[in-house]
Amino acid sequence: MVDYAVKGYHLDGTVSPEQVVDAAQELDREGFALDTITGVDWLAEGQMEIVYDYFHPAKPLRVVVRTRVTRDNPELPTISNVFPGANWHERETHDFFGIRFLGHPDLTPFLLPEDATYHPLRKDFTT
Amino acid sequence: MIVKEDVAASEAREAARETFVLNLGPQHPATHGVLRVKMTMDGEYIVKAEPVCGYIHRMQEKMGENRTYAQFLPSTSRIDYLSAMTYTHAFVGAVERAAKIQVPVRAEYIRVLTSELNRISSHLVWWGAFLLDLGGFTPLLYAFDDREKILDLLESITGARLTYSYYRIGGLYNDVDETFLKGTREFVRHMRPRLKMYRELVTKNVILRKRLIEIGPISQEMCRKYGATGPVLRGSGVPYDVRKAEPYSVYSEFDFEIPHFEEADSMTRYLVRMEEMAQSLRIIEQALDKLPAGPVMAEKVPRVLKLPAGDYCYAVEAARGRFMVRIISDNKEIPYRVKLRTPCLSNLSLFEEASRGMLLPDALALMGSLDLVIPDIDR
Repeated sequence: MVDYAVKGYHLDGTVSPEQVVDAAQELDREGFALDTITGVDWLAEGQMEIVYDYFHPAKPLRVVVRTRVTRDNPELPTISNVFPGANWHERETHDFFGIRFLGHPDLTPFLLPEDATYHPLRKDFTT
Repeated sequence: MIVKEDVAASEAREAARETFVLNLGPQHPATHGVLRVKMTMDGEYIVKAEPVCGYIHRMQEKMGENRTYAQFLPSTSRIDYLSAMTYTHAFVGAVERAAKIQVPVRAEYIRVLTSELNRISSHLVWWGAFLLDLGGFTPLLYAFDDREKILDLLESITGARLTYSYYRIGGLYNDVDETFLKGTREFVRHMRPRLKMYRELVTKNVILRKRLIEIGPISQEMCRKYGATGPVLRGSGVPYDVRKAEPYSVYSEFDFEIPHFEEADSMTRYLVRMEEMAQSLRIIEQALDKLPAGPVMAEKVPRVLKLPAGDYCYAVEAARGRFMVRIISDNKEIPYRVKLRTPCLSNLSLFEEASRGMLLPDALALMGSLDLVIPDIDR
């Protein structure tokens, strides 16, 4: 539990990468909607954080689910089977950070050019 | 001869199963910007319509990571350029939340006032352009005539007609003057009969109704699974509005309703926006009546801000739905990460599923009813 007035969300939970699908299923059962998915590159710690945001269409409740993977092998399962809307958000996160979502139907570039091999939001990205 | 006939017969049988690819955009009037849709068609029917995004991608989130908070502020007007006020509001809101800056009440009232004016001008552009998509030219001229009045009002206080950057961290660029307040009152008086005229002229039109009613259903469940918000979600009967669900600024002090309709077709998404304009007028009127005196800028906002380390979100109800800014700070002058959650991306992501099996012209009406702004998707 966190203070909404300070943070802008009510619940902040950290799970292991294997648990993101379970978390999504649980929130799906509770009637939550997928807000967005994004990444954060923690270069100094050698980790990538993946942040899942959810909102509830009927209750004033905002939930954040976080997980971290190693920077060398940023892989975790997709939640696009639970929330089809995750498809584009995961593709975008793959574009920007090179995080691979296992089981994702199509991780081709979404916003970047079709032949892009770089990941611009990685902190060691240089042009 | 016999062989030839067999070939023709077999071709005719195969034709029933044959599909072709129809490429819509990235330069096409119906997509309102550089959106491309790769459509697999079975005659006039859509088998699969896959949006292809990124043609106007500018990497706004990277720009957020290599300049100070104040320097990134003008960019927030350029994400959804039709709804610039609300987008700037979310950004300054996130910074103010993190830095614990108390914004003067007068500034918050003016923010609400200008955001709602902006919402009406945004809906007017949608209304005109949507009807243009459907083959009606005249409404666009009415819409732009009324919108012009809003743009003139906002230009008089912000100096800009579209990309305002009017809100500043801790308050506003400048205070409103008597001319603006008087002009806004006049606009409210002017706009109410115009909305009534719009209903008579367009909403009751039988051709429009046949194009929209029971066409392009989007269920509540589909909205939830794709994270659709704004008029798309409310057009499916869910009274979800960030102004009520996560009250920000001074919205809790205003009396307004959230229009929503159960039928969940292109018509209800149309109706939601038409009703919303009336509700925005209500909010504007209340803001004018209750506008408190006082400063419009918080005291002692440092020129170069360092936010305490942490993860801060701020969501607003933009004209197209839920817009959220996430700032991750590591206590430096520039943000560690800026995430922009834009409504149009989620609203468009359901198009592939929603348009399956539809007639092409109906799918274009459905797309118009989503009210897309492409730079909002691509960022």
